[in-house]
Formats: sequence, structure tokens, C-alpha cells
Amino acid sequence: MIPLSAYLSVSLFLFLTGLVGIIIRQSPVVMFMCIEMMLNAVNLSFVSFARYAPWVASGDITQTASQWMTGEITVLFVMAVAAAEVAVGLGMIMSIYKNEPDVNVDALSNLKG
Amino acid sequence: MQGREILFIVLSLVACFAGLGVVLAKHPIKSALSLVVNMFSIAFLYFTLEANMLGITQIMVYVGAIMVLFLFVVMLLNIGSDRSGMKILDLKLVPAILIALLMFSLISFQVLYPLFGMQYPVADEGFGSPEAIGKSLFSQYVLPFEVASVLLLVGIVGAILLARRKA
Repeated sequence: MIPLSAYLSVSLFLFLTGLVGIIIRQSPVVMFMCIEMMLNAVNLSFVSFARYAPWVASGDITQTASQWMTGEITVLFVMAVAAAEVAVGLGMIMSIYKNEPDVNVDALSNLKG
Repeated sequence: MQGREILFIVLSLVACFAGLGVVLAKHPIKSALSLVVNMFSIAFLYFTLEANMLGITQIMVYVGAIMVLFLFVVMLLNIGSDRSGMKILDLKLVPAILIALLMFSLISFQVLYPLFGMQYPVADEGFGSPEAIGKSLFSQYVLPFEVASVLLLVGIVGAILLARRKA
């Protein structure tokens, strides 16, 4: 059986790769892709915690049948929110690119008062 | 080593290298295609966790809808490579690597290390089936489900508003 920590290591690696990508890339589209990758990494750890339940072994929480589903349902909602977020975010990025074709995120300061 | 372990190792290596490709690729199209590979391999990781419904949803929503939208925008706007690019001596690289290392050591010490070699129960057989997900989605989680539909409606209206606005 594949241990839980193996899945969590993959998830951690993908999350940190996305984090580094957001910091070092300048193109807003690529930064957005990195955000999606971080969301995916967290989803992976949600699903692996849903399948393996290490907190049950300690006996603190009694687990009912519906509680096993919590992680998976959360992942479904994260996917729905990500779909809405991508639609709005890409619309915003498109209108930014319409105004100035050569976008550098560090130089965007239109909202500054 | 059994087939399951080999499958897991191959899938996670593909996911990690595709994830690196998203960050390191010069051209946004290459980043987007790497992200497609990454999401596909995560979907297959869901299959190895027996979360079949979520794996299929991942392929349909992320690969089928979100990444098509990304590729559409990149091609429509004709975005080229980063002009400034990724300079090797970029100052931002230092805090990025520092934050990543700090978070890696924190999580691996606090979360991964205690979990190592621990025994824990595994969910029942049909825990990722569409039937189980549908049952709890429409009984216990019916209110968040309805709220999510309102959120999607707001997202659609907002996207149309942004696209139709005259600059």
C-alpha cells in the first residue's frame, strides 16, 4: 500500500513549485496557471486525507459514514470555485491586455490611489 | 515492488516534472501544455486513491474546460515569451527559494515526519464512487451545493460584463 506521506510529498512539491512560480514569473497568465497548480496540489492532499484517515487511529474523533466523504466533497467545491474564478480572472486579464499589450505585473499600478 | 507502487512513482514523477515545466517554460503555450499534463497525472493519482468520480471530474473540469480557456486566451491575445524573461540573477528568486525551503522544512517536520510509518484505517471500498458522492452531496451538503450554483451564475455574469465593457 502506498503510504499517505508519499501523496502528501507530491502535493507539497507541486504547491511549492506553484508558489515559486507566482513569485518569479512576470506574465499574469503564467501566474494564474501557477495558482491553478497550487489549488490542484491542495486538492490532492484533500483526497489522500479522505482515503487514509490518520486521526481515526488516535480515537479522538468517531468517524461516521458521511464524514468519510467530507474531503471529496470539498474537492468538488474547490473545482466549482476554480471554474468560476478562471472565467472572471481570464476576463480581467484580457481587458488588461487590451489596454496595454506588453504587461509586466510589477509595473501594473492602475488601482493605486 | 508491485505494480501499484511503480504506477504511483511514474505518475508522481510526471506530475512533478510537468509542474516544473509550468514554471520554467519560456513560452506561455508550453506552460499551459505542461499544466495539462500535470492535471492529467493528478487525475490518475486520484484513480490510484480510488476516488474515481473525482478523477473523471478533474479531467472534465480542469483539462476539458479550464485549460481550454487558458489556451484560448493565450492564443487569442497572442502572448509571446516574457520579454523580461526569467533572469538567472533575478532578485526575487532568492526570497522565493527561501520561502519554499522554509515551508518545505516546516511541513515535512510537522506533518510528514509524524505520519511516517503510522498505521491508519483506509476508507471502504466504494468511497469514491459517483453514488456515494451524490448521496452526500444531495443530503448533507445540499446548501453549499446551491450556493456554488449561485457562485457560478455570478461568475458567468461577471465574465460577460468584463468582456462586453467598452474600454
